[in-house]
Amino acid sequence: MTAPRLLPLHDRHQSIGARFMEFAGWQMPLQYSGILAEHGAVRQAAGLFDVSHMGEVGVRGPSAGEFLQRMTMNDILALEDGKAQYSGLLTAQGTLLDDLIVYRVGNADYRLVVNASRVSIAFEWLREQARGAVEVTDRSAGMALLAIQGPEAASILAKVCTESLALRPFRHAVLRVAGVDSRVARTGYTGEDGFEIFVPADAATTVWDGLLEAGREDGLRPAGLGARETLRLEAGLLLYGQDIDETTTPLEAGLDRFVALDKGEFIGREVLLRQRQGGLTRRLRGFEMEEAGIARTGYGVWAGEERVGTVTSGGFAPTLRKSVGLVYLPCEMRERTIQVEIRARRAAARLMSLPFYRRKISQARLG
Amino acid sequence: MIDPDNLKYTRDHEWIALEGEVGTIGITDFAQKELGDIVFVELMQAGTVVTAGKEMGTVESVKAVSEVYSPVNGTLEESNGDLSSKPELINQDPYGRGWMVRVRLSDPAQVARLMDQSSYEAYLKQEASGQ
Repeated sequence: MTAPRLLPLHDRHQSIGARFMEFAGWQMPLQYSGILAEHGAVRQAAGLFDVSHMGEVGVRGPSAGEFLQRMTMNDILALEDGKAQYSGLLTAQGTLLDDLIVYRVGNADYRLVVNASRVSIAFEWLREQARGAVEVTDRSAGMALLAIQGPEAASILAKVCTESLALRPFRHAVLRVAGVDSRVARTGYTGEDGFEIFVPADAATTVWDGLLEAGREDGLRPAGLGARETLRLEAGLLLYGQDIDETTTPLEAGLDRFVALDKGEFIGREVLLRQRQGGLTRRLRGFEMEEAGIARTGYGVWAGEERVGTVTSGGFAPTLRKSVGLVYLPCEMRERTIQVEIRARRAAARLMSLPFYRRKISQARLG
Repeated sequence: MIDPDNLKYTRDHEWIALEGEVGTIGITDFAQKELGDIVFVELMQAGTVVTAGKEMGTVESVKAVSEVYSPVNGTLEESNGDLSSKPELINQDPYGRGWMVRVRLSDPAQVARLMDQSSYEAYLKQEASGQ
């Protein structure tokens, strides 16, 4: 094994007391003050995350849009300059090679933000499939990505931005943040309002410090991977490598609204069409524990005497103060309760619709 | 309140305070810090026979599950009921309100073989440098 890579802001994290963990080949901050405190800050005020481990792939050229229409599952034509969309790269079998966000900068200039664990696979796949006037580049090196998330995120960011923050959700623009030209997108992975800020790595410290200083009185806290995990699970957002991978299709994962089956040909479409026409055998479901215990990733799931699945993501949901999880279950299953195998016992859990947590719209301060 | 100086410690980061034949057991400050925010505790019931080095409960933090091992042989007399609604007591007060169980020892002399405060601290230093 090679030593994990260090984030551009590694020294900063260390100096403010971060505890680290290895994730996707990176040394990542797991927590600073504590996962519950950081989780609470994001739900009630704001949190600042360093997610520079994420990869960025550039797709440019006159055929870029046409190329991405064939490579991704969502409809590229729904994008205009300054807009972003959640999407996925599929294999020919209709399974997920990666999930990602596509940013349209111009009609011949797209950026894809891909999972850290999938950067080289996604990049190679795109480069291998590129035909004609398309240039695919790995832009991950030299890029830092900070995420400020929570109900106070917009007002804190506004303090260090020269321009007014008129961005709507899933829009992006180049703004000057703490004096640094950055691409700011109103996106996130926490279930809260918030922004993701693309900064040149050598200017990341300036933006990180500027945001923390600006948010000091608003309850902004640095937040690590631990809180990111509990926040995304509560919000019903999927994690590649756990909830979705090359063995699962987006329809099985419940990502239907990000699959544009009627947009025309794209890789994996035929399998998805067949699944849509009644061939779907399993679907990702949410559950919450009714009996004491915490459902963890990898635990077995039972319906009576039948083993029906495995928890793909599970844990303690701090806002709900109970354990929740995700599991693929057979579509024909009619039971509303399941049992999760927690060490030697089976504890009852109730199936429920996703997300587990939804923020009140009134809390979102729309710029 | 229990004075950490008078406790005995295991290599698995449990502490025990002996009074007569009954030992109060919990996990150390180091252990609670390593685990992070504790959100669930499951302990064996009163009357259970426990064995040194064998599991007698589980502590779960947001991030991880961890077994708690009995430092001694004996019979579990009582577990800390407050922990079911307030597992965070272990983080807040690991040597006080975060105690976990009381065990009646079958052989109180066993405690003498555990580490004292200074040996435990030396052990922690050694562990840290070994990583």
